[in-house]
Amino acid sequence: MDISSASLNFGIIAPEIALVVAGAVILLFGGLFRNRAVSSYLALIGLVAALILAIQQWNNPQAGFFGMVLIDNFAVLFNIIFIIAGIVTVLMARSYLVFHAIEKFEFYAMILFCIVGMMVMSASTDLIVIFIGLEIMSIPLYVMAGFARHNLESNEAAVKYFMMGAFASAFLLYGIALIYGAAETTDLRRIVTDFDFIMMKSKIFLVPGAFLVLFGFGFKVAAVPFHMWVPDVYQGAPTPVTGFFSVAPKAAGFAAILRVVVYGFPAMEEITPVLWIVAVLTMSVGNLLAIFQPNVKRMLAYSSIAHAGYILVALTAGGEGAVSSALYYLTAYTFFNLGAFAVITMIDSRTGSKANIDEMKGLAKRHPFLAAFLALFMFSLGGFPPTAGFFGKFFVFSEAVGQGYIWLVIIAVMNSFVSIYYYLRVVVVSYFGKTDEEFKPVTFTPALILVLLITAAGTLVLGVLPDYWLELTRMCSFPFI
Amino acid sequence: MADMENQILTLVTFFPLVGIILLLFVPKAKHDTIKAVSLIIAFVTLLWSIWMYSMFDPVARGMQFEVNIPWVSGFGISYHLGIDGISLLLIMLTTVLSTIIMISSWNAIKTGVKGYYISMLLLETGMIGVFVSLDLFLFYVFWEAMLIPMYFIIGVWGGPRKIYAAIKFVLFTMFGSLLMLVALLYLFFMYHGYTGEYTFDLLKMYEMPIPLGAQTYIFLAFALAFAIKVPIWPFHTWLPDAHVEAPTAGSVILAGVLLKMGTYGFIRICLPLFPEATLKFVPLISILAIIGIIYGALVAMVQRDVKSLVAFSSVSHLGFVMLGMFALNVQGVEGSVIQMINHGISTGALFLIVGMIYERRHTRMIADFGGLSKSMPVFSAFFMIVTLSSIGLPFTNGFVGEFLILLGTFAANKVYAVLAATGVILAACYMLWMLQRVIFGKLDKPENENLKDLSGREKLVLIPLVVLIFWIGIYPKPFLTRMEPAVNDILSRVEKARLKLAEAEDKHGPGIEIVEDNSELGTVEIESD
Repeated sequence: MDISSASLNFGIIAPEIALVVAGAVILLFGGLFRNRAVSSYLALIGLVAALILAIQQWNNPQAGFFGMVLIDNFAVLFNIIFIIAGIVTVLMARSYLVFHAIEKFEFYAMILFCIVGMMVMSASTDLIVIFIGLEIMSIPLYVMAGFARHNLESNEAAVKYFMMGAFASAFLLYGIALIYGAAETTDLRRIVTDFDFIMMKSKIFLVPGAFLVLFGFGFKVAAVPFHMWVPDVYQGAPTPVTGFFSVAPKAAGFAAILRVVVYGFPAMEEITPVLWIVAVLTMSVGNLLAIFQPNVKRMLAYSSIAHAGYILVALTAGGEGAVSSALYYLTAYTFFNLGAFAVITMIDSRTGSKANIDEMKGLAKRHPFLAAFLALFMFSLGGFPPTAGFFGKFFVFSEAVGQGYIWLVIIAVMNSFVSIYYYLRVVVVSYFGKTDEEFKPVTFTPALILVLLITAAGTLVLGVLPDYWLELTRMCSFPFI
Repeated sequence: MADMENQILTLVTFFPLVGIILLLFVPKAKHDTIKAVSLIIAFVTLLWSIWMYSMFDPVARGMQFEVNIPWVSGFGISYHLGIDGISLLLIMLTTVLSTIIMISSWNAIKTGVKGYYISMLLLETGMIGVFVSLDLFLFYVFWEAMLIPMYFIIGVWGGPRKIYAAIKFVLFTMFGSLLMLVALLYLFFMYHGYTGEYTFDLLKMYEMPIPLGAQTYIFLAFALAFAIKVPIWPFHTWLPDAHVEAPTAGSVILAGVLLKMGTYGFIRICLPLFPEATLKFVPLISILAIIGIIYGALVAMVQRDVKSLVAFSSVSHLGFVMLGMFALNVQGVEGSVIQMINHGISTGALFLIVGMIYERRHTRMIADFGGLSKSMPVFSAFFMIVTLSSIGLPFTNGFVGEFLILLGTFAANKVYAVLAATGVILAACYMLWMLQRVIFGKLDKPENENLKDLSGREKLVLIPLVVLIFWIGIYPKPFLTRMEPAVNDILSRVEKARLKLAEAEDKHGPGIEIVEDNSELGTVEIESD
């Protein structure tokens, strides 16, 4: 397979261009529309256009920009994940933002630019380009975290995220510098080809560089011990933004880690034990701390740390299946996690709500269908068949067992077991919780119902008919043929 | 017609889901329609299963009505169904009990009726699915899938401590299942190493020789999951809570069918796939079974709540089932399987009876009763018949099972048999004493004097079970015949392993371990202690 790297080849970033154009239009003209919903419609149009363009790029690997940008199946699937996350977030954000009187047209532009950054991150094998993508993604995220600007917690979230994010970027950049020093290039493809030579020559720079890069991305995916920012930021940010945080930047971070670690440094044995330890810590800390959270948003924050841990298990295992199982897990996770956050968003959009678990009492009586959706997402988070969460975990654990990491899988399985407690607790409270007060009704909008349907459909389809998507993820392995 | 025959298993397994789809369209206020629809669906499923029973070839070896369609081909998971004599009988038990509980719940459930019946139908699909799966992954999915409806049934419609009981049930079962998942995956990759093929197919796995060391661990992982379900002492502590707090129909189906899923797992997976490990663990499991028998009986004796007494009697009875199974001879295993069915019928009936008395008096404490034979003679007659079947009186089903089990155990190990026989005596003790205090004796409490005797519906619920009690007790032959080929197949595998171990011991002295078995190629690699 011949990858021509001579020309700029703008066509390959057509989806990104679509999103940038949409974002620019919203920024330039958003202020003119009296009905702010128009901005959200524009964002949706941009996202759907990008989705269609991204799907066109399937099975058609191409390089561009002197080989710095590479659109292969891996990038296409990740782009699809990001865009779907974006669509669901835009749909569920509107009613929340309106309710809390913080809706501004810039929000929709921010999401679009953020997704552009993510798409750049996943579509490259050059460390500098990945870094650029990371920065393009991060800045809108800082803004979105603080979007509820009259809320002290939201401001705190934004500042915390910004400070920690800046730190992490610094680590990352320093790591890239070390790698550049060792390999005289930032192009992973060349690093892979010359790997043994570089290791022999300047291992002392390459290994620490790789670790620093891993830690930098580890911050973004909330691996322990870089997870400290997660609970406060997730709790403080507006709920639909939290939903987006828990899914899209995490997927982007994993895309980068997969590129760098699984593609770039598969032969670097020093990394595997560290990954093992990080995976175990991440799962365990996330699960154990989630048990004690009375606030549902915070609980879901810790739970998302735990899920990052499960994906790290796939990365530790390495091998061919690592990419496909991690991709499957991330897709499934996007659907059911966003679904859970959609339900929380709806519950949070009522007066005086603090997203505390006690507020769920009586949900099943007042809104039986909403409670059923919530139960579905909780079961999927816990990994019960026949939901997407079960197959995600199954594929990841299979790969790990196949590569011989039995104890890691036993630990992961025990962690899954522990997590069932706090996911079931939400179901228990919403179905069996007794309260004298009348449950304040949730307002449903067509957009919110659409979100519930999309996420539930994804959760069930990936749980009952996993074959199709599994085959697609299998076609995303490295090298890019 | 042949096509229809092959689809019978899919039909029986998933027909209750048709019921669920129908129920989704019934408004939740129309209780009678919901109950009627559920009953009809359960009854039709029963009819399908009776048809399947009639088409079953009693003497053919191997699986019948097999269906094998690839499901997740990337992982070698296929939709592989098939039954033999053992699964046939368990499926019949499931369909009969499911229909009966639809009738028994008629007046018992007043709120959330739609959700209740949907959960029951979902549970039925899950249970039958476990019994028909021949693909290990599919087995696992059905095993896990029936946790959710059972959790809701206990947790929403149960007694005062329902949430505690429901969560305990889920956590205990899940713990075992997750370890089973790891073992499953290990088997999956081991088979790939052996043949290069990725599959979860149980029948194919039967062909794979597994070294004893690995066998031990995998056996333990599966055995733990099944032991929690059976339940084998000391993993039984979830059972009394779940049984007592569940609604009547929930207890019936829990005791009647769900517990059998554990014993079925042993006989379908542990014995045939890991025969050497099975032989190695016979003493451990037999002793745990005997402890369960005696402990269950002693604790049952001091219970003040009738339902609690019946719950502990389940622990005791299933100890017999496990003991018979691990005697590893024809009488023992056949006794074990028939006792699985018997326990389902007798204990199911007992829970129904307890439910009936609870509906009238809203108490289950033995001390609150006495002399009920005077005010409710028909009820007392049924109660007595079922209790005597539980004790194992000749001419009732319990006798057939217990006798075969004791016969088999005696042939395998006389000491175990003698200890187990004391369990029979203890069962008579606690059951008859309970009977004495509840239906005989003086009718000295005024609340018991004017109780209504059994209604037509209640008789309808109990009569089929009583008929089965006597049918199996007097003429068990059709049931024993049908399970024979399957039991023989499983035991022949165990015997082969026993011979292999004996051979190796002859050649190399005791204390050996078969590390690698290439006997087809002419070599057996062993390792001495």
